[in-house]
Amino acid sequence: MGDKVLVYIDQFKGSALPASWESLGVGRSLAEKLGGGVTALVAGTGAKAVAEQAFHYGAETVLFADDPSLDDYRAEPYTALLVKMARERAPEVVLFPTTTRGRELAAMSAIDLNSGVLADVTALDVQDGAVTATRPVYAGKLLTRAVCNAKPQIITTRGRAFEKPQPDPARTGVPVHVDAALPESAIATRVIEYSQVEGQVSLADAGVIVSGGRGLSNNPALTPPPGMDEKQAEIWRAQQGFKLVGGLAAVLGGAVGASRAAVDAGYIPYAHQVGQTGKVVTPDLYIACGISGAIQHQAGMRNSKVIVAINKDPEAPIFKLARYGVVGDLYTILPLLTEAFRKRLGK
Amino acid sequence: MKIVVCIKQVPDSAAKVMAEAGRVTWGDAPLVMNPWDEYAVESALLQKEANGGDVTALSLGSESAKEALKTALAMGCSDAILISDPALEQADSQATARVLAAAIKKLGGVDLAFFGKQAIDGDMGVTAAMTGRVLGWPALTLVSSIQVVDISAGVIRVERSIEEGRQVVESKLPAVVSVGKDIGEPRYPSFMGIRKASRAVIPTWSLSDVGIPAPASVVRWPEVINPPARQVATEIIAGASPQEIAEKLADKILGEKVL
Repeated sequence: MGDKVLVYIDQFKGSALPASWESLGVGRSLAEKLGGGVTALVAGTGAKAVAEQAFHYGAETVLFADDPSLDDYRAEPYTALLVKMARERAPEVVLFPTTTRGRELAAMSAIDLNSGVLADVTALDVQDGAVTATRPVYAGKLLTRAVCNAKPQIITTRGRAFEKPQPDPARTGVPVHVDAALPESAIATRVIEYSQVEGQVSLADAGVIVSGGRGLSNNPALTPPPGMDEKQAEIWRAQQGFKLVGGLAAVLGGAVGASRAAVDAGYIPYAHQVGQTGKVVTPDLYIACGISGAIQHQAGMRNSKVIVAINKDPEAPIFKLARYGVVGDLYTILPLLTEAFRKRLGK
Repeated sequence: MKIVVCIKQVPDSAAKVMAEAGRVTWGDAPLVMNPWDEYAVESALLQKEANGGDVTALSLGSESAKEALKTALAMGCSDAILISDPALEQADSQATARVLAAAIKKLGGVDLAFFGKQAIDGDMGVTAAMTGRVLGWPALTLVSSIQVVDISAGVIRVERSIEEGRQVVESKLPAVVSVGKDIGEPRYPSFMGIRKASRAVIPTWSLSDVGIPAPASVVRWPEVINPPARQVATEIIAGASPQEIAEKLADKILGEKVL
């Protein structure tokens, strides 16, 4: 078979995660350089539309496994399926988007296929028939060029690092049905339920991020409700600040981020943390509000396209990264900035 | 209950990490336990406290990694073992996973093996899932809370953090669990713990002690470079009033064509 590249399309309840199509896009260009085609793998009974979309996004062949045992992603049946497909079709490269599922599946498949993983890569190139990856390490403080000297080369691609291909609805095809590779009786895990966390953020996919830091708790003009102790009052103040951050993010269609200091102080849940022990993000626009810019935070956001900093302290290190800076009180500036965008964007 | 926690020693997160002549340097910054692994140690200790038993800390690394293992002991782990062998110097994630899995098997009777979600040096985030796969155990990754551990029924129920929110999963034991920061703040070492750790003699296992030949490493990173410096001229937006500053800033941002 002519499959040079196999791409795992990560989907949840019938919607593909955007990073899946980015992975398929780079998979197609790798396949061209390697002189072969690109095959997509889609699993889950509810994912028929995703399987069809995979043709629009550039797959030559789409493998579709719609066994009910694959309805909820679980590592064991998905790994078994992926490994079986990789053995049958013998691709040179297997690509995954760096999502929670993609990274785990890549890891487990690598063990079965006696290969290794290049996780969370930001660029890919073909040299002498082998793929070379660029991988940030130390949260992007350094870059490595890495290779996997075994076949298939297993790689996960970082969200927003590769261009999402333009879908072409004229490109269609019939998915190839494939069976599950593991019977339900051999699976040791089961999914009990899902719960949507309030204010769940997908920082990895966000084009705009507005982030808040420790500085959000410093508004002396606010009087907390009576009966709060000092710590509660501090958190309450910061949460009023995060409402302003959230207001600006909403007008810009963006997500809310936070510094580690803000998360550790209990102002906002951990899912929002940007930095070395949070998420590494690369939005087109990053607005840092009341964030001084510790080295760990910088590592998580320094590759954003345009960085804006609003801070009282003109010496704050964040200004060194920023294209635009405002030295001033964010409690005054943020509502005015939100209003200014509302007018200009017609919202 | 027999619990293992796997930890890695890394340069402190505040270190100014640089590439010098193709090698990674971090000046005089200290080597510490990987910050994510502190959450794994905390989870392991909470399970020990709830269900009885002991916690063994495992690390694969050089002699210096004993310091990270001492931190684990000071936090309350019962034992620590360093796995160190010249043949493992360039070990990639899957080789590391194969060695850790063999060591866990050698310890015998382990119910749960905890990991941090990733190491802040290599940022691969695959070792926990790989170790589970080598052992043939389910790997529950990115766990945000542990709801039930029932040793007699051989069952664990956890909540995982995924893109779409939270997922509750039940699994058979033994299992590998990797945890994120939501699991709870790691404890500080106690005074007694530090004293105990400072006197501890940590055994070193070679590959022949673990009982396997050196697994081949297939991932190589022949080149390490400093990322290009961010070329940015900062423009401080000033104005007669906050209103004017906000309006100017909005226009500047719109002018960047990123919205």
